[in-house]
Amino acid sequence: MTVTMSEAPTLPSPRGPVSRAVLAALRGDRPEPPDAAQALPYGEDLQLALYCCYELHYRGFAGVDADREWDPALLAIRADLEEVFLGALREDVPAGTDAEGELGALLVEHVDAFGVSHHLWRHGHLWQLREYVAHRSLYHLKEADPQTFVVPRLHGPAKAALMTVQHDEYGAGDPERTHSKLFADMMTELGLSDAYGAYVDSAPAEMLAEVNFMSLCGLHRGLRAALIGQFATVELTSSPGSDRLVKAMRRLGCGPDAIRFYAEHVEADAVHEQLVRREVIAPLLSAEPELAADLVFGIRSSVFLADRLEEHLFRCWNRGESSFRDGVEASRP
Amino acid sequence: MAEDRRRVVVTGEGPILVYGPVDVEMPDGTRLLSDRAVTALCTCGRSRRRPFCDTSHRRRVRDKKEEDGS
Repeated sequence: MTVTMSEAPTLPSPRGPVSRAVLAALRGDRPEPPDAAQALPYGEDLQLALYCCYELHYRGFAGVDADREWDPALLAIRADLEEVFLGALREDVPAGTDAEGELGALLVEHVDAFGVSHHLWRHGHLWQLREYVAHRSLYHLKEADPQTFVVPRLHGPAKAALMTVQHDEYGAGDPERTHSKLFADMMTELGLSDAYGAYVDSAPAEMLAEVNFMSLCGLHRGLRAALIGQFATVELTSSPGSDRLVKAMRRLGCGPDAIRFYAEHVEADAVHEQLVRREVIAPLLSAEPELAADLVFGIRSSVFLADRLEEHLFRCWNRGESSFRDGVEASRP
Repeated sequence: MAEDRRRVVVTGEGPILVYGPVDVEMPDGTRLLSDRAVTALCTCGRSRRRPFCDTSHRRRVRDKKEEDGS
């Protein structure tokens, strides 16, 4: 029997002064604290810097001391970056407290909507599908992990129900069925590397921001309701989108290992949606009604950040260009 | 025994939720297994993955008015 050790990813390349300083601090240097306030909140430099700070709480990086996770200097930089990111979101996303209305709106299927999954289903190219999967791997190779951080911040029925969903995400005890493994299998079938972190350098800031938002809310108890809002957004909207991606892959002639991931999500997320609404959110808001505002913030921020990624992908693809940052890895036919 | 009873939630808006693994027999005799902690069974008849729910019961809206033609 062979035991495979999951290797920590290598450090990515910097994208500006802030990420350069964070990468130096990760290597053990003592750089001048970067001026986070000067960085664009959703820009490449800040989002990569934040992504690297958060990665210490997941798998870490090859050659980076595990103790950096609780290095006060790095945590101070991280707090500055979070302040800029969170501040921008609070400004760009309208506030609200009608959680029920917000969730209800997510449950309506807009028949003339046209997002990335519609594009890939109807007339997307295989190289575009591969790019999409490569970007999404930043989350799906650690699928459910950011949300697991919130478990100890809940109690009672909401905690138990969230664990029911997470149990399913983690394959119900079967490592071959964990959603991150199904995603890795899909990557292999599509000719992509399934190595954790392989597509960080090629991922645009818009993708990093989506994952950073989950980590931000997962790691701050004060943002636990926003994390639940983020999770609800994914679970409520995933089934129809996954169904379109299954159709996209069939149209493009992808193999069964590729199709399995999204096919599983059509059914799984039809259940998760019900559990998240009825058994996580309902008891949470009943016990702590003041959390409604952050729940709405989590939903609206997730939609806002997802829209930004879609805009980026369409902007590139409509010009016939790769959405990979370096362009080098572009998997054109 | 009462403790062994399965919890079943009739959502009203869509599927019936059955707690615990299920073994579903279809009209033609085929059997489908689900080992999920909770399984959502389609009641609206629109699912393309029957007997399982695929969210096809959801309300569908058209946002744009007819753009061309009359």
